[in-house]
Amino acid sequence: MNWFCLIGIVIVIVGFALKWNSILVILLAAAATALVSGMSPVALLETIGSTFVANRNMAIFIIVMLVTGTLERNGLREAAAGLIGKFKGATSGMVIGIYGVMRAIFAAFNVGFGGVAGFVRPVIMPMAEGAITAKGHKPNEDHMEELKGMASGMENITWFFGQVLFVGGSGALLVQGTLEGLGIHVELIDLALIEIPVCVIATVLAIIYYYVKDRRLYKKYYKDELGEEGLK
Amino acid sequence: MSFFTNPEIAFSAKVMEIIYIFMGFMCMYTAFKNLKDKENPSQVGTFIFWFLLGIVLALGQWLPSLVSGILVVLMCLPAVFKKVAKGHADVPTVQETQANYQKIGMKIFAPTLCIGIFAILCAMTGLGIGLSALNGVAIGVVLAMIILMFQNKGNTFKVFMKDSERMLSVVGPLSMLPMLLACLGAVFTQAGVGEVIAQVVGNIIPEGNVTVGIIVYAIGMMLFTMIMGNAFAAITVMTVGIGYPFVLAYGANPTVIGMLALTCGYCGTLCTPMAANFNTVPVALLNMKKQFGVIRNQVLIAGIMIVVQIIMMIALK
Repeated sequence: MNWFCLIGIVIVIVGFALKWNSILVILLAAAATALVSGMSPVALLETIGSTFVANRNMAIFIIVMLVTGTLERNGLREAAAGLIGKFKGATSGMVIGIYGVMRAIFAAFNVGFGGVAGFVRPVIMPMAEGAITAKGHKPNEDHMEELKGMASGMENITWFFGQVLFVGGSGALLVQGTLEGLGIHVELIDLALIEIPVCVIATVLAIIYYYVKDRRLYKKYYKDELGEEGLK
Repeated sequence: MSFFTNPEIAFSAKVMEIIYIFMGFMCMYTAFKNLKDKENPSQVGTFIFWFLLGIVLALGQWLPSLVSGILVVLMCLPAVFKKVAKGHADVPTVQETQANYQKIGMKIFAPTLCIGIFAILCAMTGLGIGLSALNGVAIGVVLAMIILMFQNKGNTFKVFMKDSERMLSVVGPLSMLPMLLACLGAVFTQAGVGEVIAQVVGNIIPEGNVTVGIIVYAIGMMLFTMIMGNAFAAITVMTVGIGYPFVLAYGANPTVIGMLALTCGYCGTLCTPMAANFNTVPVALLNMKKQFGVIRNQVLIAGIMIVVQIIMMIALK
């Protein structure tokens, strides 16, 4: 047994953990693995070349870029803000929940609205804050801190589990390519279908969790102002 | 040319090859735009990266593997030395996007959604001519462009090309990570890395016990992703080392196991400061006081989801 051929794995783990240049880490790991397992440089380059060409489908995002920027130019972000703005009278927790549903659905179509910098900070946080002031409260600093964390959490959770529903997303393509290398063929549409329950469960759980948490924080921070009426 | 006339090659593969040629053209456009762009701090390095990528994408089908391999390694060099950069970007102003929103409004969702819809349509029906899911993505893109041209006369082909150059320059060489990781996975497989890990792990996992294999694979994905901060890197290593020899080799459903393993990795992404883009950059962007303020709001969901997915993998294996 050639223990040394594990060197590539060690390089990947250490390199990524220490935040070295990712592409350098991958090249080093490939070269080191080839060296210790007696693969010639020509064989190594041939393997890289044939695998890269065989996996060109993972670069499909390039053709999608043809419209991504122009959609933004034509007001996609404004339209998304307009859509979520239609929900009047929502509490801060509900704002985050509605955003979660919207983001999960659009993630399945491989569409984002600009991330935390482009959407959560300029659109979602003012809406959540507005929902608190609309009820006649002065937003509590610690409550806002938690809302920021929850909005970012919703952003990440729904994106991760929603984007895998897009047929042609890079995650599924990598899984397909990795399995292909092991001699197993799977279809992209089946990979997407299996993730539907996962996405639904994750999104629903996140909505409930953040809604309940927001309710609790509401009672905690605005108890004196609320009275019996407002706690309903 | 013989590739396109060969009746033994699937129609979807031929369409795909045309798509690759166009993607290569987009990379070339990015290459030459940046070569001429005085605002780009690394004109030549940026050019080399996008130009070589364009060649491999467009002509990969016809190049010998050795040549493609050399081009891929050469293309990575400017990226390794941080010589791939962004140049001048014509970012749309708020006035422009607002004005376009006033004009187009919610109808902008039509071109937005048509890419995903066509991907699904082609995957399920092939539109009657055997098109694949990824053919559908490209068809959806073309349709989205046509709709956008109707919605706003200002959307000329040149605007699409310039905007795509802007987006490609933003994602940069890191967007090649999945493809490079796939290459690394192939090198691992050829060097027999999987067999060595299998022997080591074989001392821990009882041979033939697929359930234990699934649990180790799923939790391993989560932990490796937390350490590396990247589920894509983790799945390459874990599938070759554990997923295949201990689970898939015993006939478990590869669609279920392979795909859910990736999202088990995502549970790890939700819990680690190593995934800076998702978990620590927002802390700064939102002026949060607690460094782990985002992660603390995700740990519970990640914990439940890893259990849910392990149960699914065992039940559907």
